[in-house]
Amino acid sequence: MLAQRAASFTKRSIKAESKRAGLRLAVSMVDLTTLEGADSPELVRALCRRAISPCPTPLDPPVPSVAAVCIYPRLVPIVREALAGSSVRVASVATGFPSGQAPLEMRLQDTQAAIEAGADEIDMVISRGAFLAGRFDEVADEVRAVQEVCGDAHLKVILETGELETPDNIRRCADLVIDAASRDRAVQDGEVFVKTSTGKMSPAATMPSVLLLLESVRDHFNATGVRIGVKPAGGIRRAKAALHLLVMVRETVGQDWLTPDLFRIGASSLLDDLVRQLLWTSRGCYAAMHDVAVT
Amino acid sequence: MSRLEVIKTGKLWIGGKWPRSESGATFPVCNPQGEVVARCASASRKDSREAVEAARSGLSGWRDATATLRGQVMYRAAEMLEGRAAELAEALQVTGAGAAAARQEVEAAVDRLVMLAGWCDKIHQVLGCQNSVAGPYHCFTIPQPCGVIVAFSPPEPPLLSLVTLVGAAMSVGNAVVAVAPPQAALAAVLFGEVLAVSDVPAGAVNILTGTQKDLVEPLGTHREVAVVVSAGLGKSERMKLRNAAADGIRRVHAVPWTGAAWGDDQETCSPWFLEQFVEFKTLWHPSAT
Repeated sequence: MLAQRAASFTKRSIKAESKRAGLRLAVSMVDLTTLEGADSPELVRALCRRAISPCPTPLDPPVPSVAAVCIYPRLVPIVREALAGSSVRVASVATGFPSGQAPLEMRLQDTQAAIEAGADEIDMVISRGAFLAGRFDEVADEVRAVQEVCGDAHLKVILETGELETPDNIRRCADLVIDAASRDRAVQDGEVFVKTSTGKMSPAATMPSVLLLLESVRDHFNATGVRIGVKPAGGIRRAKAALHLLVMVRETVGQDWLTPDLFRIGASSLLDDLVRQLLWTSRGCYAAMHDVAVT
Repeated sequence: MSRLEVIKTGKLWIGGKWPRSESGATFPVCNPQGEVVARCASASRKDSREAVEAARSGLSGWRDATATLRGQVMYRAAEMLEGRAAELAEALQVTGAGAAAARQEVEAAVDRLVMLAGWCDKIHQVLGCQNSVAGPYHCFTIPQPCGVIVAFSPPEPPLLSLVTLVGAAMSVGNAVVAVAPPQAALAAVLFGEVLAVSDVPAGAVNILTGTQKDLVEPLGTHREVAVVVSAGLGKSERMKLRNAAADGIRRVHAVPWTGAAWGDDQETCSPWFLEQFVEFKTLWHPSAT
């Protein structure tokens, strides 16, 4: 049922004006990500330039900036400076990304350092080991501890759905995280996100796993009226896949979530394909990879 | 008990896989008696885009392979072609050639591939040179592959022309998207099957079949394409191709050969024909004196 429902969202025909609008919306929702050991300040600065103006050819209307640039904590000051004056937010992974296997104290320090360096958003990983072993309270306590450190910064909680083994686990984990984050405090709309994956393993943001998160978010909204955000990440490379996600969001949680405040797509090469598709829709000829700035 | 008739379904060869056309469209291939002997996929605009994407990602595996290895792979393709000579000759007969002419064309195609395989590690010596310069430098000019080549092959001769165009572009290290017209579709599919078992990296060669004039515009305007070579197109299509290609400064070559001219080894394996598929790079290196 789950797979069938998720697959049904890929059957919609999106053409012409709706396609252009969808592509633009998808660009504005991208968390442009680079999480490599080899990331250098130069590479990251180039990425920031792309984040601010993703399309080197001026189009009418202009292609929007992406939502955020997502990097390791050490690079936050550089990104902060490169993005100054733009609408693009600074997102940093933290808490012993990607495995989350460091001691809690170090994971909190990691988060603290990213916040102090100026991160607007924190992408944390949960202890999947603890969750799979049934130590749910430990996971909930961790989320709350990191949330405490985050202060005003928005928090995205990575479940790493590829490691949770079953759809039931994914749903339970999403419920657990959302409940933990909103138990003792009034959470604003979009202040907390659930995110599928680190992007470091496969499978990552599959349609069924994103659907599970969306359903969890929808049920939470129906019960409390608070809008939790959703961020699929990992393995989303084609514009078509991004449009499928937007359809799923629209038909699961509704129009309200079709904004970068509540829905993000974590990706790196997706942006190239989105821009190429936009160039195709406006110029009528297929763009080459070198037509869009490749970082 | 009588057997159920099993007729061939010719599909597209894109990125090392055999997909049907995205459009689902096919066309029948008939023998001179009007009987349907195969159904081939009719490539659409989107298929052509997929093929160029595949060629783009298959390019590095082929371009960066050593010239010797490329030669060996192409020679292996010639071996495979030889092994399937009877089947290919039969396919050519089905679509109208006489028995002797069909056999002759297949043999010529095998020989052509062997010859072009030989050029892989020799073309640099012929087209490249050392330039005399005023100053303490060694100055070399070397040929390099252009990138993705699109080749529109003619209906006649179906196999030999396709092998020549694909082989020539391959031998200097390019990735190829070949488009064969319906009359040549069966031979094109069989040639694809030959290449598929010859260690050609996935995507380095892609073969589409279908109505060529539908693909002139999407392939001609595709900015990832470096060179378009047209051998099967009419005058108005060639004009359309030139206009389409002008935007991205793509090269467009029209091959003048028709019919028996494709059998001329001197012309078709000439380094000056292969030169159409290379870019020249000049290097300056400080010398000791």
